[in-house]
Formats: sequence, C-alpha cells, structure tokens
Amino acid sequence: MRRLAWFFCVLALAVLPAVVTALDQPYYLELARRVMIFAIAAVSLDLILGYGGMVSFGHAAYLGIGGYAVGILAFYGVTNGWLQLGVAIGASALIAAAIGAVSIRTSGVYFIMITLAFTQMLYYLGISLDQFGGDDGMRLKAKSDFGFLDLGNPVQFYYVVLVLMLAAIYLTQRLVNSRFGMVIRAAKSNESRTRAIGVSPYPYRLLAFVIAGAMGGVAGALLVNQTAYLTPDFMHWTRSGEIMFMVILGGMASAAGPLAGAAALLVVEDVLSSWTQHWQVILGPLLVISVIFFRRGLAGIFSRHDA
Amino acid sequence: MTTILVFEQLLNGVQLGVMLFLMAAGLTLVLGIMNLVNLAHGALYMVGAYLATAAMQWTGSYPLGVALGLAGALVVGMAVEVTTIRPLYSRDHLDQVLATFGLILFFNELVAIVWGRASLYTSLPGWLQGHVKLLPGSSYPVYRLAIIAVGLAVAATLWYVVARTRLGMLIRAGASNRTMVAALGVNIRLLYTVVFGFGAALAGLAGLMAGPIYSVQPGMGELILIQVFVVIVIGGIGSIRGALVGALIVGIVDTMGRAFLKPVLGTLISPTAAEAAGPALASMLIYLLMAVVLAVKPAGLFSNR
Repeated sequence: MRRLAWFFCVLALAVLPAVVTALDQPYYLELARRVMIFAIAAVSLDLILGYGGMVSFGHAAYLGIGGYAVGILAFYGVTNGWLQLGVAIGASALIAAAIGAVSIRTSGVYFIMITLAFTQMLYYLGISLDQFGGDDGMRLKAKSDFGFLDLGNPVQFYYVVLVLMLAAIYLTQRLVNSRFGMVIRAAKSNESRTRAIGVSPYPYRLLAFVIAGAMGGVAGALLVNQTAYLTPDFMHWTRSGEIMFMVILGGMASAAGPLAGAAALLVVEDVLSSWTQHWQVILGPLLVISVIFFRRGLAGIFSRHDA
Repeated sequence: MTTILVFEQLLNGVQLGVMLFLMAAGLTLVLGIMNLVNLAHGALYMVGAYLATAAMQWTGSYPLGVALGLAGALVVGMAVEVTTIRPLYSRDHLDQVLATFGLILFFNELVAIVWGRASLYTSLPGWLQGHVKLLPGSSYPVYRLAIIAVGLAVAATLWYVVARTRLGMLIRAGASNRTMVAALGVNIRLLYTVVFGFGAALAGLAGLMAGPIYSVQPGMGELILIQVFVVIVIGGIGSIRGALVGALIVGIVDTMGRAFLKPVLGTLISPTAAEAAGPALASMLIYLLMAVVLAVKPAGLFSNR
C-alpha cells in the first residue's frame, strides 16, 4: 500500500515536466523545483528534529553555506558542479560539526536558542562579506556545470533536483532504520535508558547533526542555482522557521512528511501572495491555527494512530 | 580623548544593556515560570514602539504617548496570552516556537498595513533633547542617560516586587512548582496572564524608548529578540539577576566591540585586514561569548536549576 503510494507520487513528479510543457505553464515547473529543494532541506532537518528530537532553529545556516560555497566558487571562475557540490557538502559538514559540538551539550530551550544564535552569527558574517555583495547579495556568475547535465535547461534541472531529493529521502530512511538510527531514536525517547544500556548519545547525535548539515548544504547549492542570486537572506532566521514548519506541517519522523509539508507551505504562500502583498497577515494566523489544532501535521489528519 | 571615548562607549553599552534587560526580564519570567518560549516577545516590543509613536503624533504629548504605548502593549500582550498562548502551555517547545513564529509574521505585516513599511521617527520633548557634561570635554545625550535611569529603576522595582511582595512570592513559587501552587488554591491562569501582560509592557517600554534612537519599522523586534536570547542563555533561564548581568555584559561587549575592535585589530594585523575582519568579528562577538559561556557553564551563569 505504502509502496504503491510512493510509486504514484514519484510517477506524478516524473511526468510533471511533460504535463507542464504541454500546458505551457513553465512557472509551475519552477514552483515544483522550489518545493523539492526545500523538501531536501526539510528532510535533513527531520533527521535531527523528527527522529533525533533536536529542535534546531538554525537549519537555514546550511542553505546559506551551500549557497555561498557555490556562489563564491563561481565568482572565482570555478563552475565545475561536482567540485562545487563537494565543497558545499564539506563546508556545511564542517560548520555543522562546530555548531553541533557546542550546541548538543545543551538541550531544550537552550538548544533552540543556541542554534538560532549561531545561524544569526553566520547571517551577519554574510552581511559583512562586502566583496560578495554584503547585505545586497550578488548574482550567481554562472550556473553549476555538471558536464552532460545542463542546469540552465529547466527540465534537466528539475530532474537533477528530483533525483537528489529522492536520494535524500532514501538515505534518511536507511539511516534511521539502521543501528545508528535506532540509537538516535532511542536517545530521543529516553536519554537515561539509552545511557543505561551503555550507549552515550553525544557522538551519535553529533554525527546526525553533521549529516543533516551536509544535506542542507546540498539544498543550498541547488537553491542558489534556482534563484541565480545569492543573499544573506538564505540564512535569515525566518527561513529556519519556515523549514521547521514544513517538517511539522507534513508530520515529523515520516518519509513523505517533509515533502508534503514543503509542498503545502510553499503552495499556500504562492496562492496567498498572488491575492495580496500582505499575505503574511493571513499566513501567520494559519500557522498558529495549524499548530494548535493539527497536532501531528497533515499526516495526523488522515491517520488516527499515535506516533 | 581616548578615555572620554571609552567612557562614552561604555555608557552606550550600559544603555543598550538596560534595554536588553527590559526585554529579557519579561522573557525569562515567562520561560522560567510558564516554561514557554515566546518568539513574539520582539513583536510586543515593536507594538509598544508603534503605539507610543502613533499616540504621540495624535495627542502631541510625549508623556501621554508613553502612557498609551505602555497600556497598549499590556493589553495586546494579555490578549495574545488569552487567545493564542494558553493552549500552548501544555505543548512542547517546538509547538510554542512555531505558533509564536506565526504571531511574528502576523504582527509584522499588520504593522506594515497600518503604518507602512517605511521607518517612523519619534520626536523627543525639549527637556530630553540636550546634552550634559559628565567629564570635562565630553557631552553625553540626556536621553540615553534617561534610558539608563529608567532601566535601573525598573530593575530595582522588579527586584522589590519579586523578592518582597506577595505577587512576587507567587511568581517564585510558580517558577519552582506550578502544580503545587495551583493545588494551594492560587488562580494560576490569572497569574500567568498577569505575568505575561507585564512582560509585554516591559517589552513595550523597551520598544518605545528605542524609538527615538533606532528606527521604528516592521521587524524591528527580531534583531533585539535574538540578542535577548543570547542574554538569557548567558544569564540562565528564569533568573532576573542573570538577565540583568547578562544584559549588561552583552550590551557592553557588543557596543565596545563595534567601536574598538577594528582599531585594536589594526595594531595587531595589517590595517586593511582589520578593516575587513573588524566589523564582521564585532557583529559575531556576542555569539562567540555565548558559546564560551555555554562551554564552561551549560545552564548559564545564574541558573536556578
């Protein structure tokens, strides 16, 4: 049943470019690409938030690091996409390791505030990078060059994003069902029992944090190719809030939740902003209502089981 | 000359610290007592600034504007508590963060609809506009001194209320064991609404005092909110004393860093490198400070748990 649902979901996503081209509505291809890029970010956050119980309020940091890695390399004429992706992943992983090493020592409210503060720190760093546009940002000099794949072609770019998103979902599912993932989930549900059976959660949590950061970096590298423009706003804290919301809206700790959440939030934003420029005045209360009444996200509406 | 500059920047730091304290006091009480993370605290700061500015323009009187701004922040705070915050007390921090995040979007946009996106400017009455000589050769704005005085007065009052009155006793009891206080017959819901409302009024006070110095614009609350988080993490959650000490540390470190990091770095490394690294490092300084404090004391300097 579940496999069948996935099959149709992937099939629908795979034929979307053909449909969109036939209807001559290229805008929706761009929207779908945006949704899937944010779905990658949301999947990576779900690994630490949904499965690991680490409420990171700074996941936009890795979008920014991935974006800046690609943007800065392109600025200096390095457009090899594989190299750019490698640097984006490496840099995000390194910074996630540094942030995680300090943050994971704390928990609860402290963890939320610290991850937020570190991201804010990177945001200010981005603003102070005057040679890369500072506060205003800069145009991406050239899209990433993946040899036979051309990101300038909207359909090819779409399939690259689709494949990477499916890979991220698959990888995350493999991880959480492995021994490593069991430790992460055990530490979420009862930390002292996990310690009592002889496992110290800290290194596992840190590794999960680093993996999530690296995947977030991939999303950032794709996002900068999507927008073709790089600003510190990639790392703005409202971005972190949005990614977090996607995870919660779709339903935490589920394979399809982050994708559903990203699609729901971005489509609602898209519709509201076509009605009025003051769409946030509607979106805000909608978020409040969904938190108060739909406790387990969209998934909770359809199933009655408790997670 | 240098001593005067250092002295003036130190006072600026204390002034920023005092404003951070007004914000942090409300936020840390709400966190400590109700175990609620309220991101919308910055929105209440903004609401205070806007209401006071609007009331001043409407009535033409500064004191009346201040009074209406404070009352407005109190009322808006209590209304937010009753409508949105109450269902969140029993939820985990994640839900609280998301719901109050929604509130921020709402308030920022609402303010933009009513007053526009451009900055508003608040004019000060004559008696707050001048400068005074504190040291020979230095003149310091009266208004900033007034902010420091108000902030310290609020800190003293707050200490008195929390440590010496019946309300303060209930607040402290609520912080250490909510269920027990409720079992003893205290109307805990009312207590929560009152504490939340007063926290909102303090945030509004900080906002309306910030108006004439910084610009009044949508989103003005977020910048200070994140600095206030740093204050609370450094000071320790639920501790008013920690909030005061943390706020002064953050205010002074941030101001001094912005003023002196570049010239000091210039003597150590090449001036061009300092030109680039100085401002970046200065804006990151308080976050680095927080990381150091956490590495040494993970629950903050004055944690009461």
